[in-house]
Amino acid sequence: MAIETIRALLVEAFPGGKVDVVDRTGGDDHFQVTVESPSFAGLSLVEQHRLVNRALADPLADGSIHELRIQTKGSG
Amino acid sequence: MTLRDQIKNVIDDEPVAIFIKGTPERPACGNSMRALQALRSAGAPITAIDVLPDPRIRQELSALSDWPTIPQVFVKGELIGGADITEELFASGELGRKLDQALGEERSQVVKTVSVVATAA
Repeated sequence: MAIETIRALLVEAFPGGKVDVVDRTGGDDHFQVTVESPSFAGLSLVEQHRLVNRALADPLADGSIHELRIQTKGSG
Repeated sequence: MTLRDQIKNVIDDEPVAIFIKGTPERPACGNSMRALQALRSAGAPITAIDVLPDPRIRQELSALSDWPTIPQVFVKGELIGGADITEELFASGELGRKLDQALGEERSQVVKTVSVVATAA
């Protein structure tokens, strides 16, 4: 899974947000994503992470993301 | 009892339930280890359930919790999050406060494992 694909999925899911994706191991399957978005306002951390997981549901389900670390921040 | 009911019972009955890959003594995944470490550091009792023996455990758990990845940490039946949130809450002190509130400050810190087994359909 190319890092650009993950970034594109997140940018699409969080318009107007800030998205950062890091390939932690260089193996194209361990990613650290940081998303800052106004969509997170008023949501618990669990709900914020659920939105990120949902945006990446396909690559998570088919195994192309082996490990995902998530950091979320509200903005706006 | 279905596998899903067994998983639900563990989540509801255990003060702190954590679904991991491997065991608390030998976690088979770095994220399971991170979440366990945060719980230990916060002085939590830990009931660990290994999802590796049967892929259906993870499928049923994720369907139940609406959370796709492992580990998953529950306090008194409520999903706290995975490794990232558990670490974040520990670092901010919120995990300790949550545990104090849910289980009291004089809580036990017993670590145990339980297994869930699928019965033949």
